Amino acid sequence: MAERDLLLEADGVSMAFGDREVLRHVSLVLHRGEILTLIGPNGSGKSTLVRLLLGLLTPTAGALRRADGLRIGYMPQKLQVDEVLPLSVARFLTLTGRYAKEKVAAVLREVGADHVSDHPLQSVSGGELQRVLLARALLREPDLLVLDEPVQGVDVNGQVALYNLIGRIRDQRGCGILMVSHDLHLVMAATDRVLCLNHHVCCSGTPEVVTRHPAYLDLFGDAAFAVYSHHHDHAHDLHGNVIPGDESHCESGDSDG
Amino acid sequence: MDEFLLRALLAGLGVACLAGPLGAFVVWRRMAYFGEAMSHTALLGVGLGLLLGVSTQLSVMLVSVTLAVLLVAMQQQRQLASDTLLGIFAHTALSLGLVLLAFMETVRVDLMGYLFGDILAVSTLDLYWIYGGGLLVLIVLMLIWRPLLALTVHEELARVEGVPVTQVRLLFMILIALVIAVSMKIVGILLITSMMIIPPAAARRFAVGPEQMALLAAAIGALSVVTGLWGSLQWDTPTGPSMVVAAGLLFVLVQLSGLFFQRK
Repeated sequence: MAERDLLLEADGVSMAFGDREVLRHVSLVLHRGEILTLIGPNGSGKSTLVRLLLGLLTPTAGALRRADGLRIGYMPQKLQVDEVLPLSVARFLTLTGRYAKEKVAAVLREVGADHVSDHPLQSVSGGELQRVLLARALLREPDLLVLDEPVQGVDVNGQVALYNLIGRIRDQRGCGILMVSHDLHLVMAATDRVLCLNHHVCCSGTPEVVTRHPAYLDLFGDAAFAVYSHHHDHAHDLHGNVIPGDESHCESGDSDG
Repeated sequence: MDEFLLRALLAGLGVACLAGPLGAFVVWRRMAYFGEAMSHTALLGVGLGLLLGVSTQLSVMLVSVTLAVLLVAMQQQRQLASDTLLGIFAHTALSLGLVLLAFMETVRVDLMGYLFGDILAVSTLDLYWIYGGGLLVLIVLMLIWRPLLALTVHEELARVEGVPVTQVRLLFMILIALVIAVSMKIVGILLITSMMIIPPAAARRFAVGPEQMALLAAAIGALSVVTGLWGSLQWDTPTGPSMVVAAGLLFVLVQLSGLFFQRK
């Protein structure tokens, strides 16, 4: 890949809080048009790594390099807005940027959440909220999308739909995508490369390589083998209505292995 | 209308217009305790002002702003939560203020006036403080409105999207300190937080957007001031507390009206 397409590079990055070392010598690269997924058990340092890459924290050792003028769209793991703050979805999307109404509407259509535009933010469902958060990240026309647990709180069908959407965004916009996930199965079909983290990089590579790697099997044990694969003959839209299926697969990494 | 009543009315309305919009953020950011502690600190400012013979508004302002800066600086460490830090600073300052006042035997201090306000004793100079300081506060608030709202909703997201979070947060705390300093005379140190919290809370039911809630809060605050002043003349009750009682009653009325028109 050409050098100019490099978006982000971490070189031997370590992070310690007090004398507790959370990340040890982590290196990674991310290019335009590529989906990289961070997986790892709870407390393995995924969120810390993301916050380092976002520039919210400064590493205690190692170097971080970002492409010049890199625009990042960030989708945080959790958004909890107090009921006492009256805020519509459309207003939420324009909190830090002034965008034309048409642009906001177009992005909401792109993520399939245009029907909640005028709703109070607190009233939208989990799946809708994830799409709204994604829309806010996309409004910035990012070179790099950072998605922290993008499918959490979403049922399995919704997860497949969201991963499909993320893939489509990458195809259409050509941005780089960094995802964090602790789901081991659905995400494998949605990513180009996987980086398996447990304070250090256990293994990394394509999903096929990682899911066969001894370190991965060690780390996730039985969960890694909990393979299931089935097909849907229909899907559901955000309202729960049945829509004609795209034969989506609920398939985990390596079912024939 | 008597001149002192007119001054009282103008002072009260000025404070309501300040406390409403700023108080909306206090409510959204769950900083009621911050407001409370900050206003208690004002007593140290009063003590210092009397000791040094300078205007108490000025000394209260300086002490409160110093506390805000100190607090933001201390928030960079993680061992003590900010409400604990706040409790330490604020109560030490409050007690230090009382100790200072006790040392000044030659100065007769109307402690009740500082604690609960003395709006009928508002001078023309006080009005200049309220409207001059108030104008400054509102202008700065308008300038930081969008970033402050963004970081109220999600601080890290705002930071990633380029909001200078620490600076905006510090500015907001300083604004609260200024409001406390200029409105201390009106409702007093112990009650000023209520004028920041009750009107926005009452406004919530009718508001569909943040700006609307802030403006409604100012209006409800103004209504409380007028009602409270009228009531205090009518029944010869202390003016500051009467205004707070009026605000409380308005809040209850709004909640009751919500029971009858349960549509939203």
